Amino acid sequence: MAPRYVIVGNGPAGATAAQAIRATDASAEITIVGAEKVPFYSRPGLAYLLTGLVPEGGLFSRPDGDFETARITRTVGHVARIDVVDHRVALVDGPGMPYDRLLLAVGARAVRPDVPGIDLEGVVTLDNLEDARRIIRLARKARSACVVGGGITAVELAEGLAAQGVSTHYLMRGERYWSGVLDQGESRLVEDRLVEHGIHLSHGVQVVRVVGRKGRVAGVELQTGSQLPCDLLAVAVGIQPRLELARAAGLETGRGILTDSRFLTSEPDVFAAGDVAEVLDDATGTRAVDSLWSVAIEQGRAAGENMAGLDRPYVRPAALNVTRIGGLTTTIIGAVGSGGRDDDLVTLARGDSDAWRQQLDAFAVVSEAGANHVRLVLGEDRIVGAVVMGDQAMSRPLQRIIRGDVDITGVRELLVRPEADLAPLLTRLMDGAGANGPL
Amino acid sequence: MLDRLLQRDRAKRRAMISAIVVAEPGRCVECGICSYNCPLGIDVRSKARHGLPVADAYCLTCGECVARCPRGVLRFEQAPVFDPDKTLGGQ
Repeated sequence: MAPRYVIVGNGPAGATAAQAIRATDASAEITIVGAEKVPFYSRPGLAYLLTGLVPEGGLFSRPDGDFETARITRTVGHVARIDVVDHRVALVDGPGMPYDRLLLAVGARAVRPDVPGIDLEGVVTLDNLEDARRIIRLARKARSACVVGGGITAVELAEGLAAQGVSTHYLMRGERYWSGVLDQGESRLVEDRLVEHGIHLSHGVQVVRVVGRKGRVAGVELQTGSQLPCDLLAVAVGIQPRLELARAAGLETGRGILTDSRFLTSEPDVFAAGDVAEVLDDATGTRAVDSLWSVAIEQGRAAGENMAGLDRPYVRPAALNVTRIGGLTTTIIGAVGSGGRDDDLVTLARGDSDAWRQQLDAFAVVSEAGANHVRLVLGEDRIVGAVVMGDQAMSRPLQRIIRGDVDITGVRELLVRPEADLAPLLTRLMDGAGANGPL
Repeated sequence: MLDRLLQRDRAKRRAMISAIVVAEPGRCVECGICSYNCPLGIDVRSKARHGLPVADAYCLTCGECVARCPRGVLRFEQAPVFDPDKTLGGQ
């Protein structure tokens, strides 16, 4: 009998795992169970739906036909529980299904801070397409909005609401934007751009209560006792892996579902990947949680191959994300921690990696020209991290150099000179070290 | 002055006809802005996420997708096979 693979979760990790299983095992029966009724879509693209850069239809990136061609069954349903002994998945609203191998790729959900009024109509988070639709619907009627939180999603929400024509106020608990990852100059660059886009900023303020009227948001109360009226409150204080199914099934969990480097959980034949997984890196002996689209795809592919019988240990590359914050394309690679405190996040944010906050014994080199900014974090003989904002010409070579673990001893002295011209030095590193392999 | 402008324009056109759009899939989040803005309706995203070049005969190399991608996935790369000096007899 053909092996039966069940994948819970229809995000990038789940969908990519299904394709990887099919590529490895032509006879497998593959079923994806997902809670959303819509076709596969780009979750990071929701930010651009809010800003109007792409219509909703443009987000559906993998047509249902692609799954049908690969003989992957997509089922809409909510999983009630997993019976790891009988190898069965029970659905809330349909018949259960047996599995030989199971993948949990259920992702993470936005955390709602524990303040009075947080459940009022008009408090929004941005997890999925339904949330984005709700925000657009509410924004049509709203005159003003407040945004709280940190990281990429908070800024995306602020920019999205402003683009929808809502007067938007971004409230930060900290003294500057995303201080755990960005340095002072970078935070200022983003904040200046937000102000240019008409967004009001406040620092050092904390929402202690959401003020309601007739069950709807009417404003927020700050720690100072003052109130700020608004019709909408957008919250992005971090995400929480969806661990309920795993815990109920008795799987070992930490911040995420604990797996080995082959994505196998503490139970035989049950795997986990993507935002929900806390995956072991054999090289360092440590586990980490990432919330990055590219990592979810890489993990999904490797998890699928392992499930189908190949041996594909996951090698964790230097965490990389490219995003647009404050209208600036921004690449963050490796350990760039500036030592600041992330006062606006209670946990990891979406599009974020723990690895970025790592602070090594390192020296920062900053090169700035207008709205373009490059920061290199130099270790003894390696570039351990980099932030590139604006012009991205240097981000590709840096990506190769950092991920390729290239020795910089020969040019380190030149790199740290105040007048250093980084471009030719980075090119030299690329050429000299043969860092031309795959990214 | 005019000479210089014409030369710059010629260089730009030459770059456009001799280049193809290539993609770095590790940066792509499948948002679809590239496909949405392609004037010829080429499914740029599908190629980008698989790391394939946009080598369609229809591609105008107009650069809309390259300019609008919010994540720096797409860029122009010289395609020797389309070198105008060699294939079109340009100067």
